[in-house]
Amino acid sequence: MSALAQPTGSPAAWPDTYGDEAKPRMGFFTDTSVCIGCKACEVACKEWNLIPEDGRLWTGESYDNTSELGANTWRHVAFVEQRKPLKLDGGGETAELDAEPLRWLMESDVCKHCTHAGCLDVCPTGSLFRTEYGTVVVQEDICNGCGYCVPACPFGVLDKRHLPRKADDAPLSLPLLGKKEDGRVWKCTLCYDRLKGGHEPACAKACPTDSIQFGPLDELRERADQRLEKLRAERWNGAQLYGRDPDDGVGGFGAFFLLLDEPEVYGLPPDPVVPTAHVAEMWRNTAIAAAAMLVGVAAAFVGGRS
Amino acid sequence: MSHHHDGSITAVGTQMDSYYGRPIVKEPVWQPEIPFYFFFGGLAGASGVLHAFAGLVGNKTLARRTLLIGAAADIVGPILLVSDLGRPERALNMFRVFKVTSPMSVGSWVLLVSGSASNTAAALELMGKLKPVKVAAEFVSALAGPPLATYTGTLIADTSIPVWHEARHELPWLFGASAASSAGAAAAIAVPVDEAGPARRLAIGASVVTLGLKEVMQRRLGFVGEVYEKEEAGSYGRISKLCTGAGAALLALAGKRSRAAAVAGGSLVLAGEVALRWSVFRAGFQSARDPRYVVVPQRERKAARG
Amino acid sequence: MNSDCIVIMGSNMAENHPVGFQWVMEARERGAEVIHVDPRFTRTSAMATKFAGIRAGTDIAFLGGIVNYILEHGRWFDEYVKSYTNAPVIIDDKYVDAEDADGLFSGWDPEKKKYSNETWQYMGMEAKASAGQPPKGEQSGHGGHGGGLSHGEPPEEDETLQHPNCVFQILKRHYKRYTPEFVSETCGCSVEDFLYVAEKLCENSGRERTSAFAYAVGWTQHTFGVQMIRAACVIQLLLGNIGRPGGGIMALRGHASIQGSTDIPTLYNILPGYLQMKHTDDAKNLKEYIEENTAPGGWWAKLDTYIVSLLKAWWGPFATEANDYCFDYLPRIDDDNSNYWTVQQMLQGRVKGYIVAGENPAVGSSNGRVNRLALSKLDWLVVRDLVEIETAAFWYDSPEVETGELSPEQIGTEVFFMPASTHVEKDGSFTNTQRLLQWHFKAVEPKEDCRSELWFYYHLGKKIREKLKESQEDRDKPILELQWHYPTSGQIEEPSAEAVIAEISGRDATGQALAAYKLLRADGTTSCGCWIYCGVYAEDENKAARKKPHWEQNYTALEWAWAWPANRRLLYNRASADPDGKPWSERKKLVWWDDEQKKWTGTDTPDFEEEKPPDYVPDDDAEGPDAIRGDHPFIMQADGRGWLFVPQGLQDGPMPTYYEPHESPFDNPLYAQRANPARQVSTVDEDPYNPVANEPGADEYPFVMTTYRLTEHHTAGGMTRFTPYLSELQPAMFVEVHPELARERGLTHGEWATIVTARSAIEARVLVTDRMRPVKVDGRVTHQVGLPYHWGSRGLTTGGSANDLLHLALDPNVHIMETKGLTCDIQPGRRPKGAALAEFVTSKRDRALRARETAPRVEPGSERST
Ligand SMILES: Nc1nc2c(c(=O)[nH]1)N[C@H]1C(S)=C(S)[C@@H](COP(=O)(O)OP(=O)(O)OC[C@H]3O[C@@H](n4cnc5c(=O)[nH]c(N)nc54)[C@H](O)[C@@H]3O)O[C@H]1N2
Ligand SMILES: Nc1nc2c(c(=O)[nH]1)N[C@H]1C(S)=C(S)[C@@H](COP(=O)(O)OP(=O)(O)OC[C@H]3O[C@@H](n4cnc5c(=O)[nH]c(N)nc54)[C@H](O)[C@@H]3O)O[C@H]1N2
Ligand code: SF4
Ligand code: SF4
Ligand code: SF4
Ligand code: SF4
Ligand code: SF4
Ligand SMILES: [Mo]
Repeated sequence: MSALAQPTGSPAAWPDTYGDEAKPRMGFFTDTSVCIGCKACEVACKEWNLIPEDGRLWTGESYDNTSELGANTWRHVAFVEQRKPLKLDGGGETAELDAEPLRWLMESDVCKHCTHAGCLDVCPTGSLFRTEYGTVVVQEDICNGCGYCVPACPFGVLDKRHLPRKADDAPLSLPLLGKKEDGRVWKCTLCYDRLKGGHEPACAKACPTDSIQFGPLDELRERADQRLEKLRAERWNGAQLYGRDPDDGVGGFGAFFLLLDEPEVYGLPPDPVVPTAHVAEMWRNTAIAAAAMLVGVAAAFVGGRS
Repeated sequence: MSHHHDGSITAVGTQMDSYYGRPIVKEPVWQPEIPFYFFFGGLAGASGVLHAFAGLVGNKTLARRTLLIGAAADIVGPILLVSDLGRPERALNMFRVFKVTSPMSVGSWVLLVSGSASNTAAALELMGKLKPVKVAAEFVSALAGPPLATYTGTLIADTSIPVWHEARHELPWLFGASAASSAGAAAAIAVPVDEAGPARRLAIGASVVTLGLKEVMQRRLGFVGEVYEKEEAGSYGRISKLCTGAGAALLALAGKRSRAAAVAGGSLVLAGEVALRWSVFRAGFQSARDPRYVVVPQRERKAARG
Repeated sequence: MNSDCIVIMGSNMAENHPVGFQWVMEARERGAEVIHVDPRFTRTSAMATKFAGIRAGTDIAFLGGIVNYILEHGRWFDEYVKSYTNAPVIIDDKYVDAEDADGLFSGWDPEKKKYSNETWQYMGMEAKASAGQPPKGEQSGHGGHGGGLSHGEPPEEDETLQHPNCVFQILKRHYKRYTPEFVSETCGCSVEDFLYVAEKLCENSGRERTSAFAYAVGWTQHTFGVQMIRAACVIQLLLGNIGRPGGGIMALRGHASIQGSTDIPTLYNILPGYLQMKHTDDAKNLKEYIEENTAPGGWWAKLDTYIVSLLKAWWGPFATEANDYCFDYLPRIDDDNSNYWTVQQMLQGRVKGYIVAGENPAVGSSNGRVNRLALSKLDWLVVRDLVEIETAAFWYDSPEVETGELSPEQIGTEVFFMPASTHVEKDGSFTNTQRLLQWHFKAVEPKEDCRSELWFYYHLGKKIREKLKESQEDRDKPILELQWHYPTSGQIEEPSAEAVIAEISGRDATGQALAAYKLLRADGTTSCGCWIYCGVYAEDENKAARKKPHWEQNYTALEWAWAWPANRRLLYNRASADPDGKPWSERKKLVWWDDEQKKWTGTDTPDFEEEKPPDYVPDDDAEGPDAIRGDHPFIMQADGRGWLFVPQGLQDGPMPTYYEPHESPFDNPLYAQRANPARQVSTVDEDPYNPVANEPGADEYPFVMTTYRLTEHHTAGGMTRFTPYLSELQPAMFVEVHPELARERGLTHGEWATIVTARSAIEARVLVTDRMRPVKVDGRVTHQVGLPYHWGSRGLTTGGSANDLLHLALDPNVHIMETKGLTCDIQPGRRPKGAALAEFVTSKRDRALRARETAPRVEPGSERST
């Protein structure tokens, strides 16, 4: 019963609640300037985590047929074709037929393991929790598929796993009775199981160019700063860090990025804020509304019985 | 700008880039059960309050029938909720923790309290036994009612869905008012006209407030609020306005005299309130689906910060 | 990784060699220039510091332009060129350059449509009867046999490079017309892009800096593929980039052990270690064989030790001096037995049975229809594969069954499908691009009936021997006396792969594992299954299985696996030092002469005789390695030099010269001779060709087409289209076109298009993208159509096979098909189905061919054979 009042949603759960067992906060620095779009990370993640196949839909969206993160895609490589120079002073091609040189941006997206994680904050069952590594993980044996975390994530990372009905599902199966094969939500665990075994996450391991760098967050931030400096010096067009700043709307990402254009170009929100940032204000407001309701109902009694 | 050449899959709007027009935040995974739950939860909560005041002023018929309405709604509500879960068998996991950052967690406890209280009271009322316990239960139900009626507004506001989160000031009020109006309308149907005065007045008054609040909310939402003019949110919004307006008018003009008019007017108001929940519900989906609603306000926010 | 400039051309390295590409990325991070030259903007282009787009098939113009740039601007590495290449060598004065004969080198026989290379020889050196002029059966030479060089030195040289007939001057004249403007007009790239690449290469070469080329099948798969690579050789030799760290020309090979499958060949015309396969017409006995194939200088002079050791490995005690070490047991070839030739024979009903193991010709080979029709003419077909691929299912699931040309009831071929185990289900080695043998261990047992290759052939051999046990026939002796005993283990009696590699590595008479190929003897006291692999099992240690991480050793990582020959990581690395044996520069030092110790030393194993001093000059009667001077690093060549000009070993000229692909919309801007005169064309009616250039009818197929790979799939798809995680990443066959072409042809992004050639038509989803560039050639804008070739009718994702569109014109040296440059038409909508498909293809073709027939156009040397 002590669990009843435990505020597992509070960002402070790590490292405080772990005491001595807390580990340095681990995360990813995904450097898109060296991503070759090989999708090895996507496949390695699926292999390691035994994620089901996700349908074979050809999108025509460059070489991206995965489209987005979701229950069955915990790493997603985005492809953006642009008529923009890669570097501010030329580069690319200067054929007369082409007005502007081409560039092809690739970015491997993943759960951000936010410092203030909307998903975790709103989870009513405590299924989502913060690990000793400071990462955010869904416990698949606890999640009851309430779906609250799905719209709570500012990045659209989580989703409920809807698998096609099995052939032997009763045709008239009532809503209450097993209408879905899974019904829980899934997302990147930052390979919690591998971390526990002292291994690096499968996606980082598979990445041939070290676009995905795994390590203690402090170190990664330092490395990222140096990297940004180098790219700026080399006049890369649009180089910027995304989610590195601990003062941003989600308190900084545990898995942050170096991008070569604005976040929205890659399908990322430009200024994400954890929804629970406003939770106190919302409760205050709710309390007043509730009180107002009492008053309103009482007022209806003014004027008698008929 | 997006690079597709046929214009079919391309950036939406002119002030932003997007990733093939794909959503940034995930659409909620909630099913039709949820807007109905919002309605029944509201009905239950507000009925509890109505019941308490009716009891206080000695309007027996009103008190008894609102108690039964509330108790019934308090049974339907959880059934809907459980039905929506991906893993209904794990419904009780809702009570593993209590988290203030999770309105769903808070709401689950409130619902538990409210449901037990109203049903205990209703059962004792029907059996005519244990009066003191019944009174206590009624009191608890009345106290849990306003939170039960309003928390759902906060529940959806505490997400990253633009049209919900940005409406966090109005939503608990709107849902509270809608709940009150539903409870009033239901009671106005169930109770003979000469004892239904408070119910009728509540229905009329709350309907007016509801309609006004929705207008205010839409206006204040500005750019994002435009989803309420479109697609399903727009249709349900118009149905809601029409039904609630007509119902309230009918109740006001003829509800006092004719039971038939009261039943018709009350039903219209109820339909209007169901439609209102649907309008709000679908608006959330619509605003999630179109990345502009995420990107444009965030860009503005970012720009304003400099 | 040590390069200052990497030119990736003819390869999409990032997509097809992503793991190797990490080193390119690392070099880029350290400031190296990374240039990608390709018809398409690919994931490699995206990572490059410079992309230059060209028309498919025009690389020789581009590379020739660079040669010209180097020579015109005096940018060659003078000392290197003079000492290490054959630039000073004077060529026979009967030699006539293609520039002076409108596209034909001297020695062209218009009857046979072949070259004789007599006039390409070094002055004063007589060409050996067979050398360079391969016997019947299209054997290709392994270079460097060096005909009549008496002591490894060419008879006449001009150290000043001024003699009009020295290689250097010939080169200069030959490439004179390859100006930047010519390059731009032929390749369709801008003059600036070309100059940028040429200049970067020159800037990044010399003593202090090195540049590398990386290529793969974007170069090889042309009717002049070998010459494309040769063109890069010329550049790299002129710039002094061979045998030096960060230099070289990297062939990015394909399948995990495709290198291994040429070393220990699956090719019909060589024996393990690149020893010539015997032909019925030559080498009556071992002595003759050795005489015919031994070079006077260099390591090929020891051929006798290699062949005898090989025979000892195969026939053990049965191989004695008295019986010529069972030399007669070796099979002989009597004809061209190359893949496409065999398929054409098959089509004509001349092949009875066929074993297809680890290949999917119904999808992966050019002209799919010819391949599938050929299979239907067999008596029996065995397919060993992981899954039931198109080749195994052709008889009931193929476009020909759809069109009604074939029906299961009428096909007489008996098809056996034998499930194969995958690489994780067996031990073995892979030999990669860098000649590195890397061992892999079995991780899981094969499932059900799946068996390894080793199991299959070992037990098949045992069964055959069992059947022949009683035979007294001479013809069965080679099989019965074969050394065919390998320890087996487990329930399925899996033969030991380690025993096999030990046998390949070789042993001496006492059974001691051999340390190096230098120890091989021609007297029957050593046995070795492949001389270049000798030593991989030295000290009875499987050196291929060494896995010492790179952070525990220097960057050459000599203790990671094992490289042939002799664990050398960089071939010809003697060239990393100057003629005196000193490193060219501190920055680029690798191997050098240590005056104190009197031997070669450095970070890599020296690819040179360890104790041969830089100033060594051979005696006139020196032979073999002894005939190579101390300052000649190219020890596999008879003269120890890098060949700018190739006197022997090539079928289509001693120097690369520009030809158009077999099918292209253009005439040759240089010569009346449009395409490679020596290219092989097919002999079957089922392989018709599109009219080309200005021929009437060519406008039926107006676009340049090329085919390629995607990271997400592997070749003919047997390993990826059946795998859910990969199929979902590229779930449909598509065609890449530029927005302009889409407009011109009414193609809609995301909808269907039909691509058609004289051979067939396929359908694909339309991917409109700027990455597929049009080119301006000869003043007119020409579009290129890009097709991945992974799809077929089976698996989780199915789609049209690009290879159904391709023809069977081949490179004359290696018989490879031209997948990278041809012509096609593209139209909106799905292709006709069933019999209407054949009708659609034929009527378009007839229209085109009729147009051509009414106005025939003769091209020297290469009329169609059908
Ligand atoms: N993921 C993946 N990796 C693979 C394979 C695979 O199927 N999938 N296959 C393996 C095998 S077997 C091989 S052989 C290698 C092949 O590796 P690559 O040679 O890299 O393979 P391709 O994609 O066929 O062709 C490379 C590039 O050549 C370009 N090209 C076409 N025509 C020309 C031309 O005329 N000139 C120039 N300069 N470029 C041209 C194409 O646009 C393409 O980008 O890859 C190996 N690696
Ligand atoms: N148009 C066009 N055509 C091309 C090319 C091109 O660039 N364009 N490239 C060409 C090149 S470079 C190549 S290499 C070919 C490749 O063409 P293929 O060799 O015909 O095609 P793969 O799909 O590689 O066939 C290999 C098969 O081996 C099976 N396999 C895998 N492991 C094992 C094993 O251990 N044992 C056995 N028995 N089978 C196994 C796989 O399932 C697969 O079906 O395609 C060529 N064709
Ligand atoms: S990115 Fe979304 S799913 Fe991941 S931790 Fe943050 S809020 Fe949760
Ligand atoms: S769906 Fe599962 S993880 Fe998400 S909030 Fe509900 S219980 Fe928590
Ligand atoms: S950390 Fe693990 S779970 Fe997360 S994306 Fe990488 S491989 Fe997948
Ligand atoms: S594995 Fe690395 S390089 Fe490949 S797509 Fe993923 S992040 Fe990019
Ligand atoms: S598939 Fe194998 S050989 Fe090819 S890049 Fe990946 S690791 Fe290397
Ligand atoms: Mo290949």
